[in-house]
Amino acid sequence: MPALRVIKRDEPWRGGALAIVLGALAFSLGAGILMLAAQGKSPVQGAVVLWQGTFGNVFALEDALRKSVPIFLCSLGVAVAFRMQVWNIGAEGQFALGAIGATWAALTFPGLPKIVLLPVMFLAALLAGGLWALIPAWLKLKLKVSEIITTLMLNYIAILLLDYLVFGVWKDPTSFGFPMTPEFSPAAILGPIGGTRLHWGFAVCLVAGVGLWAFFRFTLLGYELKAGGEGARVARYAGLPYGFLVGFVMTVSGALAGLAGCVETSAVLGRLQPSLMAGYGYTAIVVAWLARLEPLPIALASFLLAVLRVGVENLQLEMQIPAAYGMIMEGLILLSVLAGQFFQTFRLGRREG
Amino acid sequence: MNVFKSMGAKLAVFCLGAALTLSLAACGDQKAEQKAADKPAVEAKPAPAPAADKKIKVGFVYVSPIGDAGYSYAHHQGQKAVAALPFVESSFVESVPEGADSERVITNMARKDFDLVFTTSFGYMDSTLKVAKEFPKVRFMHCSGFKTAENMSNYFGRMYQARYLTGMVAGQMTKKNILGYVAAFPIPEVIRGINAFTLGARSVNPQAQVRVVWTKTWYDPALEKDAAVSLLDVGADVIAQHQDSPGPQEAAQQRGVYSIGYNSDMSAFAPKAHLTAAVWNWAPLYVQTVEEVKNGTWKGGQAIWGGMDKGVVDVAPYGPMVPDAVKAKVEAKRAELKAGTDTVFMGPIKDQAGKERYAAGQKAPDADLLGMTWFVEGVVGTTE
Repeated sequence: MPALRVIKRDEPWRGGALAIVLGALAFSLGAGILMLAAQGKSPVQGAVVLWQGTFGNVFALEDALRKSVPIFLCSLGVAVAFRMQVWNIGAEGQFALGAIGATWAALTFPGLPKIVLLPVMFLAALLAGGLWALIPAWLKLKLKVSEIITTLMLNYIAILLLDYLVFGVWKDPTSFGFPMTPEFSPAAILGPIGGTRLHWGFAVCLVAGVGLWAFFRFTLLGYELKAGGEGARVARYAGLPYGFLVGFVMTVSGALAGLAGCVETSAVLGRLQPSLMAGYGYTAIVVAWLARLEPLPIALASFLLAVLRVGVENLQLEMQIPAAYGMIMEGLILLSVLAGQFFQTFRLGRREG
Repeated sequence: MNVFKSMGAKLAVFCLGAALTLSLAACGDQKAEQKAADKPAVEAKPAPAPAADKKIKVGFVYVSPIGDAGYSYAHHQGQKAVAALPFVESSFVESVPEGADSERVITNMARKDFDLVFTTSFGYMDSTLKVAKEFPKVRFMHCSGFKTAENMSNYFGRMYQARYLTGMVAGQMTKKNILGYVAAFPIPEVIRGINAFTLGARSVNPQAQVRVVWTKTWYDPALEKDAAVSLLDVGADVIAQHQDSPGPQEAAQQRGVYSIGYNSDMSAFAPKAHLTAAVWNWAPLYVQTVEEVKNGTWKGGQAIWGGMDKGVVDVAPYGPMVPDAVKAKVEAKRAELKAGTDTVFMGPIKDQAGKERYAAGQKAPDADLLGMTWFVEGVVGTTE
């Protein structure tokens, strides 16, 4: 009887990445349709509504782009560290610190003109996020503490710090005791681009994305980072300053997440409040992994994830499909893409003999 | 790695190109439509009643899943009553995070020509206000906040009245005089509830003390349960909660002590423990609001804060373990509140430090209640 068996490929499958992603999407959509049918809803109507709530609607695209901004920036940051095999799970906390830094600047210098205040806020956010990420780097190098643990733990501390500030010293006296800072002055608000709903944080993404790509592509340090990723001993053997590199990637990583925190606070909320923390720092890890740590695929994956999240809201509104459906679809896509990557290095073949 | 890189880039370019081509076709019409929709909105200021033959579209935005037996579940019962009206078309979106996401969901409803949108969580306040300004023809009702606009009112219920009654039940049922309270966030709404519960308990049992644990979450069944267990460990024999899951109820039942539910009747989750619950009953207010919109009498800029007299809040049916003598005391107070006599926060009231905040016969004004950040005497815990 002919049977299939797993055979390791001699070379990675050329063109496999595209085929795997498309195959995984097709599989997930198929499963999604079955789920709709099982709920007694029309899959055809579901597809139409999903289309209208995503690519079939300029508002939805704008919304998705807006939503992908923090995911993209955090994910970019995570990827920088991951490339060097430094496992920064702390984008969530670094995002919070960025927001805190930006808020500090906005509340301390409300009278400054926009052209000065916004750069100060960005600088404060970059510093706060970067320095926060430097703590686990230092612990890793000096005390050999796993950065996976410390970055994760620091997330909780960062969120509690944010809570402390908005419940305490920064609380708006006119908010009836509710946890939020006063609204920022107009000079501290990152405005929309032209007549669109898209804010200038989108431009920040472009600069950060292209800048990072160029950095890895064209600079010596970028090359060293890739080499350093093979491990501390390899790096030292090659004469690379491993300690410096770890500190550097963690700082850049944290600064990018901090940037995201600044953009969300300034452009979207206009004040600091606990609902800022929407889990983008954790989503970023999945996105970075899915996109194999490359800037352009990260942009694409962030956008597609945001599109999906925006689109399923339309499914809810028009067809009263439970919110859990969106999460199931998201999980299906991520899982099938990751599982599909198995075929990058292996293939199925006939058993011989 | 090189293979991935080039493939990834090609894939990205391909998908982006496809997405843009497909969406551009749709863009043209959408823009024209939006302009058409925007123009009359600027001129028409007062919100007239929708045309008689047209159904009124009513949207609801919930912060958690509707199946949680908690806060959103209670709102959803009100939505169902609205949806059952013959002249209404209603829809909802659940699990909408506060902040940026809520703004998108609310805007989407406004764009789809909803006539009335209920945004049911505090954190939706700023988003609701933003959208209200952008869409002056749509009416907005925001729950539990303090901001209003010409086309936006806010509403909430005097849950503290029901809390007081449940406190009276707990105060009579406790043997160790320690009541546990699993609470979400130290904001005025929650603090007010704890204070009312404590005042109710001590009105029938001056020895009673209320121990508070903050979970810093509205909905996290496991964490809420753990918090309840920590209260049980310090000797609490009645567990109350300001949380959206029945986790604390289950913890109380497992230890064989009593519990007080919140949001809706939670007796199904802990039939042996559940004494009663402080419950929301949104249907009357929601139906009334929709009727106002239909008749053209709805007004923005209002702050609606109804209590038991309006039927917005109440207590759930008592469990079989509650003796008649206990019920009688509570029912007497309940009748008073139903008749509109609200003496829950009537002095003398002392704070935790023993300082008198309200003298005998002095009633706390609503403004104080809305901004309450201190605990009354008898609460063990801090408001931080």
